[in-house]
Amino acid sequence: MTETATLAVTEEGGGRLVRAAGKLTIAHLAGIAAARSALVPDGRKLTIDLTDVERLDTSGAWIIHTLKRDFEAAGAETHIVGCTSDTERLINEVAANDTSMKVREPRARKLNHRIYLRLVRIGEAAFHVAHGFGGFLAFLGQTLLVLGGTLIGRRQLRWNAVIHQMEAVGVNALGIVGLLSFLVGLVLAQQGEVQLAQFGADVFVVNLIGRSTARELGILLTAIMVAGRSSSAFAAQIGSMKLNEEIDAMTTIGMSPSEVLVVPRLIAMVLMMLLLGFYGVVMAILGGGLFCWVQLSMPPVTFFHRLQEVTPVSDLVIGLIKAPIFGLIIAVMGCFQGMQVTGNAESVGERTTRAVVESIFLVIVLDAFFAVFFSALGYN
Amino acid sequence: MQHAPVQDGKDTEGDIVIRIRGLENGFGKQVVHEDLDLDVRRGEILGVVGGSGTGKSVLMRTILGLQQQRAGTIEVLGQDIASIDAAQTKDIRRRCGVLFQDGALFTSLTVAENIQVPMREFFDLPPALMDEISGFKVSMAGLPADAGPKFPSQLSGGMKKRAGLARALALDPQILFLDEPTSGLDPISAAGFDELIKVLKETLGLTVFLITHDLDTLHAICDRVAVLADKHVIKVGTIPELLTFDHPWVREYFSGPRGRAALSQNSGQTKTMEPA
Repeated sequence: MTETATLAVTEEGGGRLVRAAGKLTIAHLAGIAAARSALVPDGRKLTIDLTDVERLDTSGAWIIHTLKRDFEAAGAETHIVGCTSDTERLINEVAANDTSMKVREPRARKLNHRIYLRLVRIGEAAFHVAHGFGGFLAFLGQTLLVLGGTLIGRRQLRWNAVIHQMEAVGVNALGIVGLLSFLVGLVLAQQGEVQLAQFGADVFVVNLIGRSTARELGILLTAIMVAGRSSSAFAAQIGSMKLNEEIDAMTTIGMSPSEVLVVPRLIAMVLMMLLLGFYGVVMAILGGGLFCWVQLSMPPVTFFHRLQEVTPVSDLVIGLIKAPIFGLIIAVMGCFQGMQVTGNAESVGERTTRAVVESIFLVIVLDAFFAVFFSALGYN
Repeated sequence: MQHAPVQDGKDTEGDIVIRIRGLENGFGKQVVHEDLDLDVRRGEILGVVGGSGTGKSVLMRTILGLQQQRAGTIEVLGQDIASIDAAQTKDIRRRCGVLFQDGALFTSLTVAENIQVPMREFFDLPPALMDEISGFKVSMAGLPADAGPKFPSQLSGGMKKRAGLARALALDPQILFLDEPTSGLDPISAAGFDELIKVLKETLGLTVFLITHDLDTLHAICDRVAVLADKHVIKVGTIPELLTFDHPWVREYFSGPRGRAALSQNSGQTKTMEPA
């Protein structure tokens, strides 16, 4: 048995004879396809002899069929000889399916004016941003409506789901949030100390730690970590449920996806961000305190005493006002992106990424807004 | 050319393509298969039937090596799938085409690209040639002319199934595994599907392992039928043999209202065709 396939061409009488031999299968297709394209109709008769074919599959039959088709289209008389009834049937089956099938979308007409293309892109991007933001606002509004309905008791609150989400979002995040906040507090104290020591003001490192973590860093870092952990999880969970038509099933059963999926996540996230934010602040202060104790020989009692003196309670209050609002944004963004999933698995990935990126973006923008707002109110 | 073109020469009756002996399968404490024996002959269409939850799909997955059996041996094309190396496994996979229940298309690729995936994986073919081949495979599977560039999410359930079949047939496999190919298709499409599988089997010498609930399919194209019940294959045989087989489930299956309808329809067809 030969392990190849050949199309040998010989001159014969008033035409050409193509002798096919070997295994005309997909494994040897590249060679015979090349031989096929080397054969150009020249008006003479063509005979295709399949006597020496050991094996023929649909791809091989396709080559034979297209050879015959092209020659006949060019007006050349074409015969296939030496085939069994099964081979003939296979070729006929393939021929019956030689319809003009579209394999890929034709490329869009190229407008290769660069400025025009650039403008189109900018326009599309602007439209997408506006559209996405509008969709987010609509989703936020709808969610708040459902939340309002839940709070005044017109809708049911799924306590089980809330508790479960609180565990996933809050309790399971304690380790990572605590560790990172602690380390950031430590680093902040160390870097601050280096600078402040130049003025001989290293004792002010306590002010630095107390004020910056309670008001900004502790909360912001916690929000960023929670966004990375949970916003993505929400988007992926809801997104794959959407792909699996579970959301549709819920709707037809008469359960509102907002009520079942979004509101419990939202409530859990808001409560947990409040607690996690406080916890993050405490851990950051502990990290800073540890540094002061070890490096500056400031005993913990002194550290906390000073902390109390220099950090106004308003700092902590401002921080804790921001935390649940960040939580709300993170939860709504995660659920919103999950609900936007359509079509395929790739869309889940894309939406998950966007949930994280956009919720962190919104959190930081809001934080800047809060900073200006509270300063204007006179809390410096 | 002295023989059928596609069967590597030898085509002895009873040439076994898949041989299963003493198979045991289970999940945790639940036992799905116990002491299951089954032979699939070269060039036949073997229908596998059984009630829901009798492990038809599990059997298929085990043969394909997607699931590890607890005990027993499975030989595919003469090789024990548990003891072969990666290259041999790949070679066997190339010779098998699988249509999963919902098509299992790659959602981020178009239908045509889905069909080209196995070609790209195993052969180095020019893109234009792959387009040609995927084009006629799309048509062969009975999809409309504009289906090629569509994404799976744009297709109906039946069309996904056809696209899945086209992908399963991309490399002209020797063994074709079909998991409920006609479920969810309208009766006309289902009959077309049956016809296509039959033509391919006859012209290419395909061996088909066909899981189905569709009695019409069983009557129309299956050479033999294996019945799964009580954790093993209780009977393999032609439909007339099964009709006389005494087992409550088999009797209920073939002699229930649907079974009788399919039988009478089928025998009616053969009668009208006989004089011709």
